[in-house]
Amino acid sequence: MMRNLLFLLFSFLTFSSFSPESGYNIGDTASDFSLKNIDGKMVSLANIEAKGFVVVFTCNHCPFSVMYEDRIIALSKKTEKLGYPLIAINPNDDVKYPDDSFENMKIRAKEKGFKFPYLRDDSQKIAKKYGALRTPHVYVLKREGKELKVKYIGAIDDNAEDASAVKNKYVENAVIALSKNVAISPETTKAIGCTIKWKK
Amino acid sequence: MKLLRLNYTLIALFSISSATIAQKPIWDLDDLQSRVLQNNDTLYVVNFWATWCKPCVAELPFFENQGTEFKTKAVKIILVSLDFKKDLNKMTEFAIKKELKNEIAMLSAGNPDIWIDKISPQWSGAIPATAFFKNNKLIHFYEGEFSNEELKTTIKNQMK
Repeated sequence: MMRNLLFLLFSFLTFSSFSPESGYNIGDTASDFSLKNIDGKMVSLANIEAKGFVVVFTCNHCPFSVMYEDRIIALSKKTEKLGYPLIAINPNDDVKYPDDSFENMKIRAKEKGFKFPYLRDDSQKIAKKYGALRTPHVYVLKREGKELKVKYIGAIDDNAEDASAVKNKYVENAVIALSKNVAISPETTKAIGCTIKWKK
Repeated sequence: MKLLRLNYTLIALFSISSATIAQKPIWDLDDLQSRVLQNNDTLYVVNFWATWCKPCVAELPFFENQGTEFKTKAVKIILVSLDFKKDLNKMTEFAIKKELKNEIAMLSAGNPDIWIDKISPQWSGAIPATAFFKNNKLIHFYEGEFSNEELKTTIKNQMK
């Protein structure tokens, strides 16, 4: 009895000490947004004709994000062909992390030749709504009627250290599965990354 | 071979300095678990960090402070680096330069999607993150950075 009570108390404590922004789960309807792209234009998913989207929360400063830049570029080419264009969003506080400023985003996109939108989530509302916690953090969305359904949440692949040793390209495989109309497996994954730098 | 020698030199240097790198500097998940999941009252405070992680590096001095503060108590602070294996020397040099005195090891445990959940299902994988173990189980987990006071208070609370 005592043990049960302790367990309950413990579960409650651990649960309550964890305060996630609610965030999306698989199957949820994702919200659209209107965010400023590096070309100065506002981007909304509703205005892009596509079967769905690969939304990547990423940034300039995080070494893990930088390490994944080339893989993100390669991924964008593959998923776009399948009807799922990639949209990169930088949600970081650019006061504490000036590398992530709009101006520096433009510079990085030009240097790396990003062909996909690189949006600034200055209010951090979209990152919070989606439940993004780290960079990079990916959400694969599929258009179903007028809604965007969350189909995959997590990492780009299973090996950050060595691109040549990747066994599972999670995001690419998720989009291929969607385009073949078969089940995505796994639907959620975890990876090491930088925390999103929230404004105080 | 040259690299290997450099490695040993650094490790030797490291043990001469007051910093403490684990005898086996690169751990797998079993190594980590057998170190911190023990049937005793010691509180194991495991901070996951990396030399490339700015907020992690910023809070390392707080872990050093608490290492001194709780030196005579049943508290053991372990700094677990998530730098890549190829960066062991870089991490070691960093630890020497910063004169880190807490126990340090590097974790290389394969696919993070598998081992992150085994540390704590609450962990998204972002660092810094800190796990608290006592009496053979995880008793607290925090993803994000601590201030010196927050860390001290959290350790005190978890010792109870």
